[in-house]
Amino acid sequence: MDWITTVDHKKIAVLYLWAGGLFFGIGGFEALLIRWQLIKPMNNFLDAQTFNELITMHGTTMIFLGVMPIIFALMNAVIPLQIGARDVAFPFLNALGFWTFLFGGLLLNLSWVMGGAPDAGWTAYTPLSSTTYSTTHGVDFYTIGLQIAGLGTLIGGINFLATIITMRAPGMSFMRMPMFAWTTFITSAIILFAFPAITVGLVLLTFDRILGANFFVVGGGGSPVLWQHIFWIFGHPEVYILILPAFGIISEVIPTFSRKRLFGYSSMVFATILIAFLGFMVWAHHMFTTGLGPVANALFSVSTMLIAVPTGIKIFNWLFTMWGGQVRFPTANLFAVGFIPTFTMGGVTGVMLASAPADFQFHDTYFVVAHFHYVIVGGLVLGLFAGLHYWWPKMFGRMLSERLGKWTFWTFILGFHLTFFLQHFLGLMGMQRRVFTYLPNQQFDLLNLVSTIGAGLMGVGMIIFLVNIYLTSRRPADAAADPWEDGRTLEWTIPSPPPEYNFKQTPLVRGIDAFWKEKTAGHKAMTPAEPVGSIHMPSATILPFLMSVGIFIAGLGFMFSRDEFRSPLTGFLFNNYVVTAIGLLITFGSMLARSLFDDQGWHIEPEELEGR
Amino acid sequence: MRITGQAVKRLLPVTVFCGFLLAGCGREDLSVLRPQGPAAESSFGLMKLSISIMIVVLLIVFSIAAYVIIRFRRKAGQNEIPEQIEGSFKLEVLWTVIPLILVIVLAIPTVKAVFAAGDDHANDKDAIKVKVTGHQYWWEFEYTDYGITTAQDLIIPAGKDIAFELTTTDVLHSFWVPSLSGKMDTNPDGTTNRFSFSAPNEGVYRGKCAELCGPSHGFMEFKVKSVSEEAFQEWLGKMKAPVAVLPEDPALAEKFRAQCLSCHAVGDQNDIGRGPNLTGIGSRESVAGILLNDETGVEGASVEENLKTWLRDPESVKPGNRMPNPKDLGLSDTEIDGIAEYLANYKLD
Repeated sequence: MDWITTVDHKKIAVLYLWAGGLFFGIGGFEALLIRWQLIKPMNNFLDAQTFNELITMHGTTMIFLGVMPIIFALMNAVIPLQIGARDVAFPFLNALGFWTFLFGGLLLNLSWVMGGAPDAGWTAYTPLSSTTYSTTHGVDFYTIGLQIAGLGTLIGGINFLATIITMRAPGMSFMRMPMFAWTTFITSAIILFAFPAITVGLVLLTFDRILGANFFVVGGGGSPVLWQHIFWIFGHPEVYILILPAFGIISEVIPTFSRKRLFGYSSMVFATILIAFLGFMVWAHHMFTTGLGPVANALFSVSTMLIAVPTGIKIFNWLFTMWGGQVRFPTANLFAVGFIPTFTMGGVTGVMLASAPADFQFHDTYFVVAHFHYVIVGGLVLGLFAGLHYWWPKMFGRMLSERLGKWTFWTFILGFHLTFFLQHFLGLMGMQRRVFTYLPNQQFDLLNLVSTIGAGLMGVGMIIFLVNIYLTSRRPADAAADPWEDGRTLEWTIPSPPPEYNFKQTPLVRGIDAFWKEKTAGHKAMTPAEPVGSIHMPSATILPFLMSVGIFIAGLGFMFSRDEFRSPLTGFLFNNYVVTAIGLLITFGSMLARSLFDDQGWHIEPEELEGR
Repeated sequence: MRITGQAVKRLLPVTVFCGFLLAGCGREDLSVLRPQGPAAESSFGLMKLSISIMIVVLLIVFSIAAYVIIRFRRKAGQNEIPEQIEGSFKLEVLWTVIPLILVIVLAIPTVKAVFAAGDDHANDKDAIKVKVTGHQYWWEFEYTDYGITTAQDLIIPAGKDIAFELTTTDVLHSFWVPSLSGKMDTNPDGTTNRFSFSAPNEGVYRGKCAELCGPSHGFMEFKVKSVSEEAFQEWLGKMKAPVAVLPEDPALAEKFRAQCLSCHAVGDQNDIGRGPNLTGIGSRESVAGILLNDETGVEGASVEENLKTWLRDPESVKPGNRMPNPKDLGLSDTEIDGIAEYLANYKLD
């Protein structure tokens, strides 16, 4: 009950982590099934339809329900601490964001047991995703599940924007903010602009499918290419929503374990903003073979290549952060340092893909599969591993085992390169992506076999990580406030795990890497910016949970509103939108309750603070 | 453990490089790395340029990374605070400008090639015009200047430019012959795509569908047969011969006409384009795109065997395809075998 009603950003972080971890596990299992099917030519382990459902759900789950929530987990756990705040700007909304994400994700995954998962690819290109060619409810689960989950992401993004703009500790100007706070800020801004695009697209597709509209139906005057534009206007920035937080994590971990401040801080900030800006300009590079014509292809080619410039700035700044430092390699830094060459490899294939005439060959082949897994797994997932190992003691008060951590790192990264490096060649040798099997004697056999073995090795790495978490959770929570001893930012100035109010007294920030600055000045703690006083706390509430349950029910009701049911009662309930109405009633009722009953929250008094 | 990791990291770029040096990667009739025509060569040229630039970048990044990891590793007892360097304006400008130059070096030939690829030969009198239509899960080729239609095997004269017009009757597909050219999507009416390629060398090239189009997307293959000008003219002549060949047995012929010709066409008989045109199907490279015809049985089976496999249960060969099971149409096993035998012997050469 405590977990259902919580509005504390640290608990919500943990909820995001477990829920994200659960979906990540599902997505990973789907990936292993896919790789098992491709282990040899003409394999009949899976049938074609199931395979298409698996690739669709693997992509969708990993992007929306696996890595995004884990990013949000780290942001929730760390951002208020890094900027010296007691919580996020809107704790109630924070909880609402989590619950809508969770129920959206559950709705999407219900499709596995309710008559067919989405099967049109994670990009859901029309007309394949129309009711004519995708006849189960799968794509409806996709459109409605993602709208609900996307609501949570949008809420979370807006919350972080407000938090970072308004709640920084005294003295923390924007240009003194830790890099992770910066990338969270920029990521949230991208979410704010990109998610409305996908929401609109999903609504239009829902209308096409459930209400018989013609937005994407050629016969009715619609355009399938329009869907591609809408999808990628969201979809490309989404890549940066994923990778920028990883950049932020790397920018925190490497300086800490090099005992040096981040090299070229201001150019890092500038590069981040530039990447976000360019990220919105290049969506059509996913559509070079759609037939947009040479002018569009040339423009999008060149603008895409430009992204290499700010990204290069970042890579070299990280390398030169280590230059002249004293670099230690605990697991967190192994992942961070492993990230640099791996991500660079994903980056250079990105530049190769940007060249449209070459992309005519790369597009929709395993070369692309290799490229985006280098970016998303070799970049983001390695970044998340670095961040999780780095902040685990802060989040849970327990140090993860270094020995198991190193095993995780080596099995995972070796498995990763084994899986995906060869896929570049598979693509160039003529293997298109999203094929459920392939004919023998095309020289694809050996490479696919090795790739599958690599995937298994990555799975082993993940299992070692889970074992590490399990064993760690059985040990006492005795991590020091600054367990890495070289902590540079504010989160390391308070106990691990932090008390519910985070900072007894808001700290005064006197420079970049505030804690490090105090340490080098010979101080043991931050100078407070206020006297010890009564701390206002928001009340726990179940309303966010109820609102999300309501939306979930409404979504299900709407989805089945056109179906025929055997039982007349069920038929009546669904076909007359009764179920939808009940769901919306719960949601709007909860909103009304929230508006009418003014909850003042509660206070932690100074006596209690001192008593601890 | 550490040494292995570094060795791997150092070996990776070498592997990339070797991979490209051995551009012998893959089959000649299939691999992007062994281009057999000018369009594929243009893409391959850009690939070689970009990979060379990128290998240089990777080598620099990897060497700096290896150097700092080894040189600046914290030693036992080392505890002094390293100098907190803010950054270096000169260095940061350096690694802004160098990538910018590299991008420009790549951008110029890219833009040139983009516009060259946009040249579609649609109004070129010498080019052969072919209208390609994607269907779930087969390819229709209409030679608009000659008024003939075929499926699955695209026969072209070697060295001539082929001007394509691409469309689809159902979902999106993507027309791709890796060793001859990059791919192009087939969009539904309204956004018809045009492009062209040529195949200077005679031979058979494997083509694929590259856009997810349903369960049998992976099986939506086709062949491009580049033949001599004379052979092409001869083939055209035979395709244009108006008289359709029908099964010799009149009962079977009637059955064929009633059940098969309701969707398919042979010669001048009933072309409504719902199913692949079957004229001369016995001389094609494959049945259904994936059952390879090989009388020697080394890579595939004989045409007749393949036709039997297909006709006995099309769904098991290509899941989700639109062809009804002949058994459901009331054809007996003997009739199916008879039709398979007739089709196998319906050759153009």
